[in-house]
Amino acid sequence: MTSVTVALPPHLRTLAGVSGNVAVEVPAEPCIADVLDALEASYPVLRGTIRDHGTLQRRAFMRFFACEEDLSHEPPDTPVPAPVVAGRDVFRVVGAIAGG
Amino acid sequence: MAQVRVLVGTRKGAFLLTSDGSRDGWKVDGPHFGGWEIYHVKGSPADPDRLYASQSSGWAGQVVQRSDDGGRSWEAVGNEFAYAGTPGTHQWYDGTPHPWEFARVWHFEPSPHDPDTVFAGVEDAGLFRSTDGGGSWEELDALRNHSTGQSWQPGAGGLCLHTILIDPANTDRMYVAISAAGAFRTDDAGKSWQPINKGLRSPYLPDEDAEVGHCVHNLAFHPSRPDTVFMQKHWDVLRTDDAGEQWSEISGDLPSDFGFPIAVDSNDPDTLFVVPIKSDLEHYPPEGKLRVARSRTGGNEWELLTNGLPQKDCYVNVLRDAMAVDALDPCGVYFGTTGGDVYASPDGGDSWKPIVEHLPSVLSVEVQTLP
Repeated sequence: MTSVTVALPPHLRTLAGVSGNVAVEVPAEPCIADVLDALEASYPVLRGTIRDHGTLQRRAFMRFFACEEDLSHEPPDTPVPAPVVAGRDVFRVVGAIAGG
Repeated sequence: MAQVRVLVGTRKGAFLLTSDGSRDGWKVDGPHFGGWEIYHVKGSPADPDRLYASQSSGWAGQVVQRSDDGGRSWEAVGNEFAYAGTPGTHQWYDGTPHPWEFARVWHFEPSPHDPDTVFAGVEDAGLFRSTDGGGSWEELDALRNHSTGQSWQPGAGGLCLHTILIDPANTDRMYVAISAAGAFRTDDAGKSWQPINKGLRSPYLPDEDAEVGHCVHNLAFHPSRPDTVFMQKHWDVLRTDDAGEQWSEISGDLPSDFGFPIAVDSNDPDTLFVVPIKSDLEHYPPEGKLRVARSRTGGNEWELLTNGLPQKDCYVNVLRDAMAVDALDPCGVYFGTTGGDVYASPDGGDSWKPIVEHLPSVLSVEVQTLP
């Protein structure tokens, strides 16, 4: 197991009851789904807010960024970038700019 | 002395307003869930400290909040609203089939007798029930699977189940309303449903008195007379005295019979309130005058209540779930506007004043009368 740091958008930080980034335990060589699974296991209140309950598809206005790359459209089994696993960057869950 | 608690849902959070029975001075508590859309907050008749709030956003979807201490603290509970079976399709705006997709909870209706049992009316139109205080939700799918379900089309606000009335003396009987499918009734606790739209006429339909397709905006009844139900339709105000078997129009001398909410005086089942709105294209009051219309005769004859309400340059709307009454005598009447004001009348509508101003746009108003 290893630890990655996740940055949440403000509304979800409030919902989860955290004030900053959160660390979650994931398998070695984690994929995107591993990070989201671990996040939801640690903070069950986030279930359904980032991914749909049933399909586990990303909600349309939630985006995943890391290492200056947009991972939002990558398959869930896409490996998390090495700098995130090494602790040199964070996995960002970002609310898209929408609605003015 | 009794207390009154007004539960206000807005575009950017929930607010709780409290007063003693004089309903004169008000304490404002909030925002709760700041920045989120709060479509509805409602308390359990069986335990007024138990509140349910529908919290949602276009980004993060639906969250359900529950309070067990009258809104001092909240806990997020179950937010999984999975349609039963393979949901199939309803009609989209252009008439093509569209998959049933959950969007949000429009309305919570707690059981009259059990604080842990609560019904949720959702978009796309469906009725869900929780028997564990909101922890988990099960669809009462006989409604959505009614033979007409595939023909239901959304109104401008979406295909939403927005009104739920439960007969307190016989909880197997419920009424619901869906925009734009119409009104439905169950007599067996949701195992089966029948459309109850006879007497409704909607010129925007190819068949103006069709079985379904009517844009019913709101229903209300007095709990002591559950066979008599009042309706504010897209256009027209109507009543039924036989549990929806036949409706008759009671718009009478209203300046406009378009509107959203309808409410019944808690002390008189023949006194009702609506807020006339100019038209479906102009969602604001006629002549820029915010007036509540009151009928003391069960409809047809209306008086326009203006004392304390803005009578010049007022162009707000009052949405379907944004008017409610308390249980005191004389009856208190409350409504919130899209301009962020909540008005109250402690004397059955004779006089009004804003009890809070400059909130975000008001989506819903509910009232609890506390011992």
